[in-house]
Amino acid sequence: MKIGIPCESSLQEKRIAGTPQLADKLIGLGFEVAVEKGAGSHANISDQEWTDAGAELVAEPDDIWQSCDVILKVTPPTTEEASKITTAKTLVSFFWPAQNKALLDQISSQGGSVLAMDCVPRISRAQKLDALSSMANIAGYRAVIEAGNHFGNFFTGQITAAGKVPPAKVMVIGAGVAGLSAIGCASSLGAIVRAFDTRPEVADQVKSMGGEFLYLDFEEDGTGEGGYAKVMSEEFIAAEMKLFAEQAKEVDIIITTALIPGKPAPRLITAEMVKTMKTGSVVVDLAAEQGGNCELTEPGEVVHKHGVTLIGYTDLPSRMAAQSSKLYANNIGHLFDELCPERNGVINLNFDDEVIRGTTVIKEGEITWPPPKPAPPKPSAAPAPSNKEVQAPEPVVSKAQKTWGNLLGLAIVIAAILGVGSVAPKEFMGHFTVFVLACFVGWQVIWNVSAALHTPLMSVTNAISSIIVLGAILQIGHGSQIIVILAAIAILITTINIVGGFMVTHRMLAMFRKD
Amino acid sequence: MPEGITTACYIVASILFILSLGGLSNQEKARRGNLYGIIGMLLAVGATLFNASVGNYGIIATVVAVGAVIGAVLASRVKMTAMPELVAMLHSFVGLAAVLVGYATFLDQTHPLEGAVKTIHDVEVYLGILIGAVTFTGSVVAFGKLNGMIGGKPLTLPGRHLLNLLILIACIYLGYDFIQTGSQTSLMIMTVLALLFGIHMVAAIGGADMPVVISMLNSYSGWAAAATGFLLENDLLIVTGALVGSSGAILSIIMCRAMNRKFISVILGGFGSSNGNGAKAEGEQGEAVAITGTETADLLKNAQSVVIVPGYGMAVAQAQQTVSTMVQKLINTGVNVRFAIHPVAGRMPGHMNVLLAEAKVSYDIVLEMDEINDDFPETEVVMVIGANDIVNPDAENDPDSPIAGMPVLQVWNAKDVIVLKRSMAAGYAGVENPLFFHDNTRMLFGDAKESIDSVVQGLG
Repeated sequence: MKIGIPCESSLQEKRIAGTPQLADKLIGLGFEVAVEKGAGSHANISDQEWTDAGAELVAEPDDIWQSCDVILKVTPPTTEEASKITTAKTLVSFFWPAQNKALLDQISSQGGSVLAMDCVPRISRAQKLDALSSMANIAGYRAVIEAGNHFGNFFTGQITAAGKVPPAKVMVIGAGVAGLSAIGCASSLGAIVRAFDTRPEVADQVKSMGGEFLYLDFEEDGTGEGGYAKVMSEEFIAAEMKLFAEQAKEVDIIITTALIPGKPAPRLITAEMVKTMKTGSVVVDLAAEQGGNCELTEPGEVVHKHGVTLIGYTDLPSRMAAQSSKLYANNIGHLFDELCPERNGVINLNFDDEVIRGTTVIKEGEITWPPPKPAPPKPSAAPAPSNKEVQAPEPVVSKAQKTWGNLLGLAIVIAAILGVGSVAPKEFMGHFTVFVLACFVGWQVIWNVSAALHTPLMSVTNAISSIIVLGAILQIGHGSQIIVILAAIAILITTINIVGGFMVTHRMLAMFRKD
Repeated sequence: MPEGITTACYIVASILFILSLGGLSNQEKARRGNLYGIIGMLLAVGATLFNASVGNYGIIATVVAVGAVIGAVLASRVKMTAMPELVAMLHSFVGLAAVLVGYATFLDQTHPLEGAVKTIHDVEVYLGILIGAVTFTGSVVAFGKLNGMIGGKPLTLPGRHLLNLLILIACIYLGYDFIQTGSQTSLMIMTVLALLFGIHMVAAIGGADMPVVISMLNSYSGWAAAATGFLLENDLLIVTGALVGSSGAILSIIMCRAMNRKFISVILGGFGSSNGNGAKAEGEQGEAVAITGTETADLLKNAQSVVIVPGYGMAVAQAQQTVSTMVQKLINTGVNVRFAIHPVAGRMPGHMNVLLAEAKVSYDIVLEMDEINDDFPETEVVMVIGANDIVNPDAENDPDSPIAGMPVLQVWNAKDVIVLKRSMAAGYAGVENPLFFHDNTRMLFGDAKESIDSVVQGLG
């Protein structure tokens, strides 16, 4: 099969749906690759690199759409492009089937197939082809860089000869992939980073990226399906708005990344809050395309209001075209590993594979979106460090019960000793005393043995338990031949044991050393 | 030699034995402890030899010489990875000796006894032989299992608990009969039953429970010696037997705690077959991501802090020397490398420590589970070498898991985890390990020794 990578038709789109590395990989999987001349020029990829990787350069975009069986794109196709996805042709791109119903119907009526990179199921196996996460990661990073560009100060605090510079304070709302990436980037630039999310279990992740998690004085878990957030109650929202209002007065940069799937972005930063921010502050709204988390952002624009710069770019990944093309191409490469497990240059839309099933939105003209819901993940499927609460319930034994248990055990032992004493002759009790005391001494001594020395402990106890040899020595002087034979064998094997046990212990102990 | 001096020698020997065990509390004093043990043994044997009733010195000299040579050869030849086998074999000797001494005493009718004294004596003979016989065959089977001569899978006969119970009842009845009539037949039938019981008991125990079995047999060998001591009215044997018996019992307790298992359920056996059901196979386990030796080397080189978790797989692959070389290289480049040892790693208590000591790893970087578990979140790379169940997060997260509640090394809290494994097979407990499918886990497949060799080459 032939795979084609055309230039992106939208002029704003700087990304490209492939890299020479991807072309090389696809050729290795048995495909042919055709690339439009000039594709990737915005992502720092020259035509020479494409041909070096073995791809065929095509001057006319139409030739690609005509001759290739599979088309790789970043953005959803235009109506005109969609008209070329006919029978036996497959498109791989972001598609947003929920928003692009018309495109879905159009391609379906033409008998084409579409694999939507935004529909990759959110399961651990599919993470390496999750292009949304790749792009969100870049968007989060770029948000900090854009903010830094418009923020007239250092991020890091410095004490210089010319005076002291306080560190910038950054608040990140929403600790998803983009939020975490922004937290990591801002804190590595030296800023003080605070972050808020409705899902309290991400607090550890925030801390791990160097941020401080802002807790609300309110109990409600915002974890929704597939690791996304859900809509919260009114009381919760009120409490959260209060927190944002307090923080707005204090922080220099606000980065909002709050999105709920299938809903307009929640309004979290009101015009009032923006007014209370310090002059020169920056707000980056990553949800601008879905209506914005900040009341005043304008999608795709940078505006200045009340002395605050509001950044509403909707194309942050495209602004880092080289990086995002690389990661997107890697995601596509992993997708083709799934599509072509036999490495024979033919894609196989195997619907038994949960990942392919979810990603495919049209299969040969048949609309297969939305996919049937996968079974909800078992709680045990995602063991996180924070899951300590769900440990196996330990048997609850109160201290009092333990004490009673100990006393009971002691009573039984005493009763047993008394029982023995009541029937046994005097000489026996003498030996019995020794026995009980020796058990006690052994008990006290052995608990102190270091765990590292348990093996030498066993070999040395082995050697000394062969003290049984004494019995055999005492018996061997006996007249009866059978007793002499039995005793001789006993002496033989216990001697092996004594010598072997002590020597091997010595050998082991000699090895333990400290540098 | 006057009896008083003999007894005095025995007292000194008892003290030396206690000091010997006490010395094992730390590595510096341990060597002296072993020396105390040797002196104690020489003193006790020497004092006994001068006893008036001892004869046949020629035979004693011969068998002692032969035994000493065999023992010395065994001790100097044994590989450190084969320590569990050697220990099991030595245990069987103590058991056998107890049986032989018991029979010899029984056959010795020179001092006829009467009344309660006779009953006690008979009970002692009976118990000594019983414990000795169980220890003997149990240890032989344990030896076979560790050696690979007998499969590691637990033998689960139908109605095995009933079988054990019947043997127990039979032994009690035979004991009663023996004490009443002094019948030699009863004694011999009991011996056969006890021998069979020893085989059956250990055969029913799975490979992962071997540390418990070894400690338990260690304990039995002590009790056998103590029973013989009562029989011969010899306090030194009683003291020594009690010391060893307690020692083995404590080790068994430690091992059971480390696996969150009840001692009784280990003894009843069958672990790893009935519990290792296929239920875990359902659902999306995820995909394990492989890594190469060179990539591992890069990760290790760039890390600040590395923790290595060795398991039985390291012993099997004889990889301890190579691991030591790798660690030395990393330490030389300034990486903080430590070892984390789970109490039941390997096939006997302290097995891993001995292997690492053999490979000249300094013991102050070898830490126990409790010492290091809190450090994993600050650790960049964890290398798990041939271990499985002891790093299974299901033990903490899945209350239905057969190993639920077992304390484990929380390696998954580290930034990256590299697992060296021959294949994706489940561990001894027969439980899937979700650790292998974590996002921060990478699998380095292959023989542990070859894998680490390639890492060492990557380190340059």
